[in-house]
Amino acid sequence: MVWTGLTALLSHWRRRPVQLAMLLLGLSLATALWSAIQAINGEARASYDRAAAILGQDRIAQLVREDGARIDQQVFVRLRRAGWLVSPVIEGEMRFGDVRLRVLGIDPLTLPPQAQQVDVAAGDELLPFITAPGVLYAAPETAARLTEQATPPVRVAEGLPPGTVLTDIGQAQVLLGAKDKISRLLLWPDQPIGRPPLKVTVPGLTVREPSETGDLARLTDSFHLNLTAFGFLAFAVGLFIVHSAIGLAFEQRRQVFRTLRALGLPTRVLVLLLIAELLIFALLAGLVGVALGYVVASALLPDVAATLRGLYGADVPGTLSIRPAVWAAGLAIAVIGTLVAAAQSLWRLWHLPLLAPAQPRAWARASERALRAQGVTAMVLLLAAAGIAQFGSGLEAGFALLAVLLLGAALALPLVLTGILHLGDRLARGPLAEWFWADTRQQLPGLSLALMALLLALAANVGVSTMVSSFRLTFIGWLDQRLASELYVTARTEAEATAIHDWLVQRSDAVLPIWSIEGRVAGQPAAIYGVADHATYRDNWPILSAVPEVWDRIAKGEGALINEQLARRQGLGLGDQITLPGGWRASIVGVYADYGNPIGQVIIGIDTLVRHYPDVSRLRYAIRIAPGKAEALARGLRAEFGLPAQNVIDQAGIKVFSLEVFERTFNVTAALNVLTLGVAGLAMFASLMTLSGMRLPQLAPVWAMGLTRRHLAWLELSRGLLLAALTMLAAVPVGIALAFVLLAVVNVEAFGWRLPMYLFPGDWARLAALALLAAGLAAVVPAWRLARLSPSDLLKVFAHER
Amino acid sequence: MLLRLHRIDKFYPTGEGPLHVLHGIDLSLEAGKSLALTGESGSGKSTLLHLVAGLDSPDAGEIHLGGTNIVGLNDTALAALRRRTVGLVFQQFNLIPSLNVAANLAFQARLAGRPDPVWLKVLAERLGLAKVLTRYPEQLSTGQQQRVAIGRTLAARPRLVLADEPTGNLDEATGDAVLDLMLSLVAETGAALLMVTHSNRLANRLNARVHLHAGRLA
Amino acid sequence: MSVRALLIYLCLAAPAFGQGFAGLGTEADGFSVPQPGTAFNFPADHGPHPGYRIEWWYLTANLQAADGADYGVQWTLFRSALAPVERSGWSSPQLWMGHAGLTTQAHQFVAERLARGGIGQAGVTAAPFAAWIDNWQMAGRALPEADALSALDLRAAGQAFSYELALDAKGPLVPQGVQGYSVKSEKGQASYYYSQPFYHVTGTLTLPAGVIAVTGQAWLDHEWSSQPLAEDQTGWDWFSLHFDSGEKMMGFRLRDGGAGFTSATWIKADGRPQPQAPGALRVTPLETAAVAGRSVPIRWRVQLPEKGVDVTIRTLNPEAWMDTRFPYWEGPIRFEGTHAGRGYLEMTGYE
Repeated sequence: MVWTGLTALLSHWRRRPVQLAMLLLGLSLATALWSAIQAINGEARASYDRAAAILGQDRIAQLVREDGARIDQQVFVRLRRAGWLVSPVIEGEMRFGDVRLRVLGIDPLTLPPQAQQVDVAAGDELLPFITAPGVLYAAPETAARLTEQATPPVRVAEGLPPGTVLTDIGQAQVLLGAKDKISRLLLWPDQPIGRPPLKVTVPGLTVREPSETGDLARLTDSFHLNLTAFGFLAFAVGLFIVHSAIGLAFEQRRQVFRTLRALGLPTRVLVLLLIAELLIFALLAGLVGVALGYVVASALLPDVAATLRGLYGADVPGTLSIRPAVWAAGLAIAVIGTLVAAAQSLWRLWHLPLLAPAQPRAWARASERALRAQGVTAMVLLLAAAGIAQFGSGLEAGFALLAVLLLGAALALPLVLTGILHLGDRLARGPLAEWFWADTRQQLPGLSLALMALLLALAANVGVSTMVSSFRLTFIGWLDQRLASELYVTARTEAEATAIHDWLVQRSDAVLPIWSIEGRVAGQPAAIYGVADHATYRDNWPILSAVPEVWDRIAKGEGALINEQLARRQGLGLGDQITLPGGWRASIVGVYADYGNPIGQVIIGIDTLVRHYPDVSRLRYAIRIAPGKAEALARGLRAEFGLPAQNVIDQAGIKVFSLEVFERTFNVTAALNVLTLGVAGLAMFASLMTLSGMRLPQLAPVWAMGLTRRHLAWLELSRGLLLAALTMLAAVPVGIALAFVLLAVVNVEAFGWRLPMYLFPGDWARLAALALLAAGLAAVVPAWRLARLSPSDLLKVFAHER
Repeated sequence: MLLRLHRIDKFYPTGEGPLHVLHGIDLSLEAGKSLALTGESGSGKSTLLHLVAGLDSPDAGEIHLGGTNIVGLNDTALAALRRRTVGLVFQQFNLIPSLNVAANLAFQARLAGRPDPVWLKVLAERLGLAKVLTRYPEQLSTGQQQRVAIGRTLAARPRLVLADEPTGNLDEATGDAVLDLMLSLVAETGAALLMVTHSNRLANRLNARVHLHAGRLA
Repeated sequence: MSVRALLIYLCLAAPAFGQGFAGLGTEADGFSVPQPGTAFNFPADHGPHPGYRIEWWYLTANLQAADGADYGVQWTLFRSALAPVERSGWSSPQLWMGHAGLTTQAHQFVAERLARGGIGQAGVTAAPFAAWIDNWQMAGRALPEADALSALDLRAAGQAFSYELALDAKGPLVPQGVQGYSVKSEKGQASYYYSQPFYHVTGTLTLPAGVIAVTGQAWLDHEWSSQPLAEDQTGWDWFSLHFDSGEKMMGFRLRDGGAGFTSATWIKADGRPQPQAPGALRVTPLETAAVAGRSVPIRWRVQLPEKGVDVTIRTLNPEAWMDTRFPYWEGPIRFEGTHAGRGYLEMTGYE
């Protein structure tokens, strides 16, 4: 009985392959986008974990300087001679050619076993490891990036975070130009007895407890939350397709259900059979979706990786590893999504009276009451959005705001469209026009899910593109201000730097030092820069707020400028005091915009910098010169000192690089946007296909009364376009609201800067065209089928026995 | 002669080859007269009606409607014919669910380019629909729905009314009342009526009747 | 004592960082090779010899508390050169390893340290004498005119134990082999080797149970070479014996596929060494025990007929297992028979 029932149910799909394809496609796409994002996030998180776990930082405590500055190597020896089991680590960023890497120097002899990442002394490897030129251990991907560069010998080691090379501490000190310096000390978990207290032995150091999540995971959290939100949106949009395909299939098989039940199949068994059927589809589509998701994720990951590297300095591999958990979750979400999408249909089936009259239209017809209830829900959600906007704070509140705003807008859409269609009806002249408007309104319940999906996709598109474009405009303006100097030069040694400086003084308008140290300010990693007193800064620096005569005060060594993200994250403002590495304090005299930089930044006078940090590396200079002479000077500079090309960069070069980072940051968003829009288009297609099957009883009389099939088809096509156009209109204000939330709430929390909003109606027009194209494509197939329908198919509507 | 059918043949494709539905049908109907077309289920009477309405085309033969052979006309011409010349009343009423009663009533007349508010008002009164003009079809009883369908057809003043079991979905008492209304209104407009029915009782109320058996006129 | 050469070589050059035995028993490429007829040059020779591949300062002490309980202490600093040079800073190829052991009747305490030369974490200076790794040290406090090793302060600490001992030599340095040129095999492998077996010890042990004052005697070996053992040698048993009569004996057996190779030096109470012919020493395991999953002899018969020695040795604590990167057995012993006394036993290569 069960088998017979199942075959009877499944036979439906043999006769309607397109419908089956639509169901599977919708589910696969939804699963694919979801899994892709999960896979990307999973990959990134795994690599943060690897980074956090490097040298056992997630398990063993460390000794650091409170201000993050480097420690004298003798401190290590002092601790060891006092009986403390510690191991020195030096860490820093450096460039090999155009590859920027984190260099990690260790002492393999004292490294705690918990921190051992690579067996650097296997076989006879120890001697080459500890003696010049040393050996760099790197993950396979990192090693591959280094093949073209002049580096010490590179060996491949699995398990290292990407973008990191592990080498001997002595070699690392040479590479990083930090002779006799270390960054921190790993504290062995088991210590011998009879040690003097740490405070006595090394008063300047503090213990940093092991931390499961590194700075990176915290810093990038918002980025991944962003992606997840997008993934969820895409999934929800995909489920609209599934919902409508399942709803249609159930409706079409009512007769079969009734017959099966009349033949003695219990409702319970019938429902179980249908669930079994759905599970088969869900697993099938889930597998396809997961595979597809892998493809999407692989395609997107390089950009995500580039973004994370450019924006957060986080290194994530550009290739995807297969994570069974992610894919299992993808399958699970496909199954759950299917069941959720089918819940309504199953519920109705459970309550289906045995002898209910066949009413194919019942499915498509939602009562006025349901519409009102939906409207009330939408209002509540939009009010909640207003409330969150008013009183909420933090990234979570920002995303909650986005969620209720989008959901509320989506739920309100049918109501709004009904209103507009009523209006159209009222203004219509002529029977066909009236019928067109009235019938479009009648269609709305059946299409509303798809239209809501479209609204979400369009609003997301408008919002995100407004945000990105506003950001780009601000960013470009900011780059122009920030990169005022014509050339930037980096010397290889301090002696060379001095020589370059002297050489340049004769040949340029100004030579401005760009010297900085890294440390911690207010507990956060930060860079401290010194600037010369020069018009370059006075005229151009992108100051957001400052006390009067701010540059005079900086030049006199009175106070510091901080970047916006530091100010926002720490709630710092003008006149507040900050403690800088080394323990001295400065008062904040200004805040400036610093887009694209994940960490805090402080600017003080160059003399103040040198006074407080005499060891500061003095290798970089900005050069002011008439733009026309810049290229010749750059050539001369390279020739005179034999500098590698990347050591002398012109303004345009840096701008190109910065913009590239910027563009990549939003490549992923753009790609997801397009994919989401595609899924929404598909949802619309599925819904229109679904409805077209049920439309015949409504169209046949009109045909019989004297309209050609072509004419009807054109009307059907126009209906799809009209609804899409109206939805697009509705999406614009929602999108602007979305952009506002992204710019004013989410970005501030995620990146630490707030941006002005600019509107780009041209983009909307483009998007509207795209939406109409999608809707047109979705509507054209059912319309074409209608135009080509044989009269006998239409006549079936009039047949007596139905 | 308003309607003349000459040697009409119609086949339907089926799994076991073409099914010969109509065999050489010859039939004619004068303006202002009514003709009942009877026969069992599957005898081909609905098919014949559809051919006359220009909804479908025969495989052989000619259909002259108002002097024009409509066989071979293109879609647009057939649509114009349906719009202006014939009116259809279906067993299932086939009202337009998105339009209210008033709009349904006026619909075909306006499509045909012959809106006549006075005549509409008369029709609504005569059909007892004056009080339900703002309602939607699904809010009407079946008898009311069929009266709307009849009103819609007659509002356009077609020269030929084609009715396919117009009372088939109604109980006998309602059906008789609706039929009476239809017959008297058709007579008033001077249109001819071709009505498909399987009921001898109803057939007898028309001017003439022909019987269709297995695709042939008996 | 070239047997220990294998230990340090294995520990430092290979197993500390991997599993390879590569280079073992190979030629000493670039390293100096001990030459016969070279006189020691003290105090300079108390210090390190970076041109030689391997070197160690190896001290064992038999100690007693006031209640008569026996204790054993080991303090060893190994030097292993990856290259025959010394450089300052991290690129020094001189690696250092410290082992500290403290044996009670019931417990064995072990600690191990590794360090690189060149940065000050570990090293040895000749005069004033100091050998250290981390906070472990063996520091000379001899008067200027005396031998730099004649008075030492010794200190080490592990997770659960520490000791601080003062050592005073009551006899002279004892060159091993021929004037300190100690031949190790028929193939000619040799080392420079001298001992100071005459230390008198006082000091304290810190154990989980508390601080214990102890006295006793200690034996220091200083040896350097570039060539470890022959390839077929699988392990060894090494004995240092303090006879109650004041004489000393050092002897070992190298185990190989065949009968093995024994060697011994008899040291008279005045410090004069009497090297014994190969094979003169006979050692026979009498009883084994399961230690750290291995079967290890814990009772021995040791015979040196030449000197009328025939004693039975038992370990103070059979569990004196040095659970270091390259584990071995090292602990205090007592012996009875024709002679009585205390000493130290080292056993390696038992699987």
